[in-house]
This record gives sequence, structure tokens and C-alpha cells, in this order.
Amino acid sequence: MITNTVYVYRAFERFWHWSQALLIMFLALTGFEIHGSITFFGFEDAVAYHNVAAYALIILIVFAIFWHLTTGEWRQYIPSLTHVRAYMNYYVFGIFRNEPHPTRKTVLTKLNPLQKLVYFGLKTLIIPGMLITGLLYIFYRYPQRHGIEALNIESLEIIAVLHTAGAFLLLGFLIVHLYLMTTGESVFSNLRAMLTGYEQLHEEEEDQDVNIVIVSAPTTEKQS
Amino acid sequence: MKRITGILTIVALTVLVAYTVFAPEHAPPSHMAELREQMKQKPSASVDHSLFPQLQRSFARPQDVTGTCISCHNHRHTEVMQSNHWNWEREEYIEGRGVVYIGKKNAVNNFCIGAMGNEQSCAKCHIGLGMTEEGFSYTDAENIDCLICHDQTDTYAKASEQGGAPDPSLDLGTIARNVGRPDRDNCGVCHFFGGGGNNVKHGDLEMAMFQGTRDVDVHMGIDGMDMSCIDCHTTENHNIAGKLYSLSSMNRNRATCEPCHTELPHDDEILNEHTLKVACQTCHIPTYAKVNATKTHWDWSTAGKLKDGEPYHVEDEDGNHTYLSTKGSFEWGTNLQPEYQWFNGTASHYLLGDTVPPGTERIVLNELHGSYADEDSKIHPVKVHRAVQPYDPATGMLIMPKLYGDAAGDSAFWTDFDWKNASRAGMEHAGLPFSGEVAFIETEMNWPVNHMVATKENTVQCIECHTREDGRLAGLTDFYLPGRDYSPVVETGGAAILLLSFLGVVIHAGVRIGASRRRKNGAAS
Repeated sequence: MITNTVYVYRAFERFWHWSQALLIMFLALTGFEIHGSITFFGFEDAVAYHNVAAYALIILIVFAIFWHLTTGEWRQYIPSLTHVRAYMNYYVFGIFRNEPHPTRKTVLTKLNPLQKLVYFGLKTLIIPGMLITGLLYIFYRYPQRHGIEALNIESLEIIAVLHTAGAFLLLGFLIVHLYLMTTGESVFSNLRAMLTGYEQLHEEEEDQDVNIVIVSAPTTEKQS
Repeated sequence: MKRITGILTIVALTVLVAYTVFAPEHAPPSHMAELREQMKQKPSASVDHSLFPQLQRSFARPQDVTGTCISCHNHRHTEVMQSNHWNWEREEYIEGRGVVYIGKKNAVNNFCIGAMGNEQSCAKCHIGLGMTEEGFSYTDAENIDCLICHDQTDTYAKASEQGGAPDPSLDLGTIARNVGRPDRDNCGVCHFFGGGGNNVKHGDLEMAMFQGTRDVDVHMGIDGMDMSCIDCHTTENHNIAGKLYSLSSMNRNRATCEPCHTELPHDDEILNEHTLKVACQTCHIPTYAKVNATKTHWDWSTAGKLKDGEPYHVEDEDGNHTYLSTKGSFEWGTNLQPEYQWFNGTASHYLLGDTVPPGTERIVLNELHGSYADEDSKIHPVKVHRAVQPYDPATGMLIMPKLYGDAAGDSAFWTDFDWKNASRAGMEHAGLPFSGEVAFIETEMNWPVNHMVATKENTVQCIECHTREDGRLAGLTDFYLPGRDYSPVVETGGAAILLLSFLGVVIHAGVRIGASRRRKNGAAS
């Protein structure tokens, strides 16, 4: 099989991925300390660090949104049900028989259909949910403090419970994500790609029968 | 080009994040420094009373001193006579009850129960002279005791059980020539000894504060700002800010921290936000009764035991009474952690003659109002004094027994040790019915803790409330407290998600490794 070394993940993308990963893990650590589940920094410091990390993550997300929009990379995350069954079969059966992935990874389709579904959910539900509940958690007292009775939020409970639920989902995602990292072409190929940006990809063949759902190619992208 | 843009983006992000993390702290507000400077300026007297010709004499009666005061300060007595220090009562509005007059005359406490019938003795802490058992002339200005508040020789003292009259051996002339702005000795001589002994009632006001350090109270510490009571309990026309909720009901004329410290005194915004729901005292008074013990429990039901026909007492190793034949059993505590209650500045009171329904287990004598949902409420530290005290199960009334008597046989409990006679005499004096039956009931009294403010380093730490188990606020359950509360559903569901994710990964990985081995073995063979 012919493979090429392809530049898949660009500098900003990798920076975004890793700093987001670190921030989310740090937020989980400090967050679950605030939640009372663990003791590490001490409550007061945990709150201070959690807030700083939250703002850092928000800034990062703003940059990432800008990047996704300007590069057209956002299209990578448009979910589709095509080949979802094939992938479920792959992870339940095929992977144990050393079968190839049902679709091929290319620069234009970095994500397989299952990833698209999951990441789409993350980006449209979990992350915005965490952002909104997190910001409300920080600012829910503002209306009362400044005498705007109409905007009073009487209780922190719903905000805090939703924020905690989101945190559990993100942690669950993290566990599975760390494992699925090893299910690339080789155990470390995905990790290497996300670190260096380069990955050995199969050359595209004319007779691909099970191939990606081609989305319109990003116009600004001209891969060298 | 793209590379440069990428690098620039990364640099910009790093700078932004670094700035957020290491942003220079706001310069500490000079506000505290200003306050310190302000408090260092101690007021000096505008006149020297020792030079006034009117005072160059001796005084046979304390009333003569008062008359001489009024001859110059010819309006002040009217102010005093409007004060609750004089009247021993306030007009208060209680929700659901209307306007009532509350004071020592009709309030019931769970220490010595009340002043009714014991006026001669209790008058030791009234700013009047000439209290009699029949009551008192609240209209005679000459009975104002100016000296108890204005004496600066620290020698003026009231005699025991003399209706508020001073110790007859005192030279009133010398004292009258040395009067001035009340200092903490003037206030402390009564307020540190509420309940008949040091720190008995309040727990946060006691004689160690005459000469206490900053560790006892950061404001009053003689090694610090050395503030006096009236620096906070500001006074105009003898109307003193601040009052005690054992006897007051309305949210008015309170001495608060905000006039000096503002409503948002912290550098940290998160701490400032706490001030919406948490009173300053809650974090800044971690413990009270820091030096000497305060009474925490009083069981009247054990009173009256005699040894060989004589009353006796038992003391603990610190010299605190744990049993008195006259009063019953006591419990004491030092370095106590307050209990916490929502409090909006209003309270309701059990007043003498109130009835409780049969089957009542406990009477709260002064219920502090408030809840999380009430936006005027804040969490306050409270000393709760618990007691078991006499009550008439037939009428449902707490009993005001006659305690103090001049001689044996006049039915006073402290001399005759007979509950029925003492109750009958006491209730008769109060003009209230008594069935002849004496039972005992649990009561609680709430004493908001306001003094013994800790130094900055010793304030309550976040984790003392924001913790799952046994936090300071464990008793306040009507709101969500981060670090303490959680949704059991989310907690269990979350744990299940994590566990299933982990198990799924382990099983999948196991099968993968197994399959891979088998393949290799298959290939080898």
C-alpha cells in the first residue's frame, strides 16, 4: 500500500488541541476540588486557578472559532450518518480482525463519521453548555449586586448541577479519547501526528469504494 | 507567511494567558490605612470638669450629682430619658403581632429568666437610681445615673441590691469632677457581666477586653487601634447605635461594619460577592469566648438540691460554677465556634404571659428571622444559649419565679428552694395566672456574635464552609453551597459514566491485545 507523509495538523491546530487538552484537564482537577470530590490545591486556590484557566480557555476558544471559520475547517465537523454503522462494526468487530478502517483519513476528512458525531456534540452542546453555566456561575450575582431585580438568579443549584454534569461527560470523553488515540494505523501514529503535524496517509486511489463523504474543500487551503 | 502567522498567534495567546495569570494585583486600597489614621486620633476633652465651680463640693446623694449635671447640661436628661438604657424597653413592631413594648420588664430569658420581681438586684445594671420593687419612677430626671457612664476615675460602682445606688463609701465629688466621654470601662462594667458574671451571657463581651490584645479583638486590642465601644456604637444625643436581639425586633439603629469598611471591602471580587449573603461577622469571628468561658447551657430543673439542709455549689477546674443549689446545673465553653443562622435584622420574642400549645418541645425565646430566599438576610454567627426552665403545663406559660428575697420565708426560690411558692409569688407579681403545677421545658436563646473580631490571618477559611462533611454551614440547608452540595443523580450518573468508560476501554484493549497475539501466533505457526 502506498503511503505519503502528509502535513495533517497545522501549527495552530496542534497548539489549540494541546492547550485545550491541558486546560480541560486542569479545569477538571480544580473543578472537582471545588466540587468537594478531591483535595489538591486547597479550595481558595482551586477557585482562583479554575477561573484563570476558564478565561484562558475562553480566549483560546475565541481564537479557535476564528481559525475554523477563516480556514473553512469547521466543515470537517459537519456530522453525517453515512458510514456510522460501518464504523460501529469496525470498532466492535473489525478492529479485532485487523481490518482496515472503513474510510480513509485525508487532509480534507480528518475525522471519521463517529468522530464527527461526537465532536459535533462536544462543540455544539457540551463546550457551550460548560461555557454558559461556567459564566453564569461566575456572574450570577451581578444582577442582584447592581439592583437589577428582574435578572435575579435565585439559586446556583441548577447552574452548578449542569456544570458538574458537563464535567463528568467531558471526563468520560477524555478517557475514551485517550484510548481511541491508540486505534490509528499504529498505536502511536495518531499521537505522533498530533504532536508533529505529519502523518503517513494512504495515497488516495481511484477505486475507493468506501470513501469519505466529500465536503466542499476549504478554498483557502493549498497544501504544500 | 502561514508559519509566521501561526507563531504570532501562539505568541499572542501565550502573552494573553500569561497576563491573565500574572496580572499585577490591584494596589491595596488605601482605605484601611485611612481608617487606621482616623482611629489613631483619639478625641480630647473639650472642657475640664474639675475646674467648674458647681462641682467644688461634696455630694451626699447621687441624685445631687445628677441635679448638678442638669444645672448646666439642661437638655441632656430629656435625651437620656428617651433612651432604652433608661426605659428598659423599646417600641417595636413584630410581624404578626403588631406594636409591642419589649424590654427587661416583659422579656423572658433563659438565664435568670427575667427582671420582674428582682428589680432591686437587676437595677445594678440600670442607668437609674432609686429602683424599688414596686417599679421605678421613669419620669424623675434626678434618678438618672450620669456617673455610671461618664465616670473617668474607674472607681464608680453600683452597690448590690440597692436599687441602682452607688457604693456608699465612694467620694462622689471626686468622681463628679472627673467625668468625660464614656470609654470601654464604662460600658464594660455592665455589658461584660451580663447574666451576673463575666461573659456569662454574650460570650463575645468580657472583661479580658478591658485590656485585651488584637488576638482577642482586632479593633479593641491595646496593642493595635485601641478603639473604644462608642467608636462603632456611634452616639448622638444619647442615642447609641447598636442593640441586642434578645430584646429588639426591628432592623434599625444597628451598629454595623459598613460605615467604616464599606459594603465591598475586599480586593477579591469573589469575597466581595459573599457580602450579599454573608455577614462580615461570619468569616471574621471564627470563635468567641476566646479568653474566659461563657455559659452555654443552664438546667434549672436540678436546682434546689441541698446538702445537710444547706445550699451548695460545685466548680469546674477553671472556677466556673457547674452546679448551684439556687440556680441548677451549668455548662460552659471557651473558644467556641458559633452556630449560623439566616438573619435579616428582625426577630420575634416570647414575652411574659405568651402561651405555647400543649406538646411544645422547645421554645425559642428570640427567633431570628431570615432565609436564603429573603434578599435582606445574611448568614450570621450566633451563640445559642440552651436551657431547661420552669413552665406551667396547664397554662402553657413560662414561669417567672420570684428568685431574690430579702428574708427566708417570703417564698423567694433562692432562699426557700420551693418551686411552687416561688412560681406562685413570681406569677402573682407579674399579674399572670399560675396553675400550681411546675414542669420544665427546653428553651433556646439566640445571641448574634458581633465582637471578638479576629485578625486578618485568623479569619474563617473557604474550606471551613465549602466542604462536604461537617462544615460550619452544615446546618443551613436551604441553598446550594459549592463544595458542600451536589446532586445525587449527577454524582451517581457521573461516576457510572467514568466507570463504564474506563471498563469499556480496558475490555476493548484487552480483546484487541488478545486478538493481536492470536494473529501473531497464527502467523508464526
